[in-house]
Amino acid sequence: MATTYSRARKQRIDALVTSGDEGTSLLADAWVRLKASPLFWVGAVIVGLFVILAIIAPWIAPHDPGAQLLIGQTSRARNAIAPGQPGFPLGGDTQGRDLLSRMIVGARQTLLVGILATVIGLIGGLTLGILAGAFGGWVDTVIMRIVDVLLSIPSLLLAISIGVLFSSPNLTSVIIAVSIPQIPVFARLLRGQMLAQRESDHVLAARALGVRRTPIVLRHMLPNSISPVIVQATLVVATSILDAAALSFLGLGSQDTSQPEWGQMLGEAQGSIDSHPQLAFWPAGAIIVVVLGFTLLGEAIREAIDPKNRR
Amino acid sequence: MLRYTVRRLLQLVLVLFVLSLLLFVWLRSLPGGPVSAILGERSTPEKVAELNAVLGLDQPIFVQYFKFLGRVLQGNFGQSTGVSPGTSALDVFFLRFGATVELTVGAMVLALAFGIPLGYVAAKRRAGVADNSLIVFSLIGIAVPVFFLAFLLKYVFAVRLGMLPPSGRQTPGIEATRVTGLFIVDGLITREWDASWDAVKHLILPWIALGTIPFAVIFRITRASVLEVQGEDFVRTAEAKGLTKRTIRDRHILRNAMLPVITITGLLTGALLAGAILTETVFAYPGIGEAFKISFTQKDYPVLQVLILASAALFVIINTMVDLAYALVDPRIRVR
Repeated sequence: MATTYSRARKQRIDALVTSGDEGTSLLADAWVRLKASPLFWVGAVIVGLFVILAIIAPWIAPHDPGAQLLIGQTSRARNAIAPGQPGFPLGGDTQGRDLLSRMIVGARQTLLVGILATVIGLIGGLTLGILAGAFGGWVDTVIMRIVDVLLSIPSLLLAISIGVLFSSPNLTSVIIAVSIPQIPVFARLLRGQMLAQRESDHVLAARALGVRRTPIVLRHMLPNSISPVIVQATLVVATSILDAAALSFLGLGSQDTSQPEWGQMLGEAQGSIDSHPQLAFWPAGAIIVVVLGFTLLGEAIREAIDPKNRR
Repeated sequence: MLRYTVRRLLQLVLVLFVLSLLLFVWLRSLPGGPVSAILGERSTPEKVAELNAVLGLDQPIFVQYFKFLGRVLQGNFGQSTGVSPGTSALDVFFLRFGATVELTVGAMVLALAFGIPLGYVAAKRRAGVADNSLIVFSLIGIAVPVFFLAFLLKYVFAVRLGMLPPSGRQTPGIEATRVTGLFIVDGLITREWDASWDAVKHLILPWIALGTIPFAVIFRITRASVLEVQGEDFVRTAEAKGLTKRTIRDRHILRNAMLPVITITGLLTGALLAGAILTETVFAYPGIGEAFKISFTQKDYPVLQVLILASAALFVIINTMVDLAYALVDPRIRVR
């Protein structure tokens, strides 16, 4: 009997909470503004093409990115193959591997680093931010002090410090090293949002109606705090790709060159930039375009969801 | 103001304390543990056992931590094994610090000198040709990997055109008197103009490479901030009072628009320190960034821990100072 009653009560409360003035939601409103923004379309097209390329990469790469197909044509061991050969439009790298195939497959690895690093940072940050923002008090104090200290270490410096802990760096260690500096950023952002929500009228109303803490946090506070986090996540994909490239350049990147990643290719090409600049220009250009795409997308969404731009 | 200052300083001490705790944990997580971290390639079982006893690694973990903290407070981090073998790790930091100060301060000055005026101009001519091209330029500036930009500059201006030196801090033939460790300043003090000029020539390309991202960020913040401030009522009041355009710009718009710029300048020092690792490595510039790279490739952990701790501490201290300066300018901050 008691359970039926409490279920009925719950449904009534939920109905109360979800009912009310329909109006235009912030999301619908933001979408209208987003559609009108040229920055958004440029960013979305770049990111869209990049993601599609990353997904279909293994099927459209003309050759195996790890196979030294052109090795016979390298007169000396460290000699890149000039572009423009039949079947090899971009030529080969210093080990006789097809540059075009490496670029295509590299898109997949690069996206993997960017997305996974962001997801790990997001999950870690969400967990800490929700705990701090939802409980407040000493939980908040302890978490935020640690977050502050982590924020006090420049992100690339922290990434390097973590990268050093792995005795043989690989793609996983790169992803971990790049993602951990993002955790405090997300945590702080979300906690700030949640704190503001905690004092807001709709949360007070839900509490007055007897909604328990967990549903208040997850269903009333979190959805209203998440939009700046989404913007930040888009931008973090970009910084993760750049940081991973920097780690590769410093020798802390993945050592497995048969599964190339653009940052790794760029790091590898630094040694021969005087004699074969094309080996550096292709991955560098690709990184710049993709980072630009994610940055534009993030900035466009930020402007669109900014309540100040709402009319 | 005093209360605010004391509170900020207490926070600073707390952050530094937690930082030392993290450094301790980090040191113990290094591959092979702290002993092989210190001994590096020279480790033998006997030496490991000996050092274990010396460092007190057979004692409980909190005792170890307080001993570690004691050594850190005394500035005793051990001897460098790779960057400059035999020198105390702390000295490695001090010997190279001047070089990095010259690099980062110069890059920051460059970023501010271009970022603020251009940001103001872009905001004043919103959506014009100048505004749009500057925005595109700043977005690309953020997207280019720092080390690639450094390589590109080095390749074009040093290797191809030969206009500027490709690496180092000073041309070997020059004998300059050392006073402060800042090569440009030294030349000015001792009137050895050629030494100063030589130092500047070595720094131009690193400055540009390192300054691009701060420039892009400062430009964007200034632009956004000026756009917001110039629509405020007090600006309209100033115009209505008949103040000159110049007074309105300097005293009303820029002064208020500078607050977010000051904050971001403090926060950018972190990006500068990290960028210095990449820039100094490309240009073989003997600062702490290059020492950073050498120390972890050669597993010189005594130096690496000094550099991590010092960089983070520097960043925190600079930002505490920025916060205090900010509170001095804007009384509203102190209340919080």
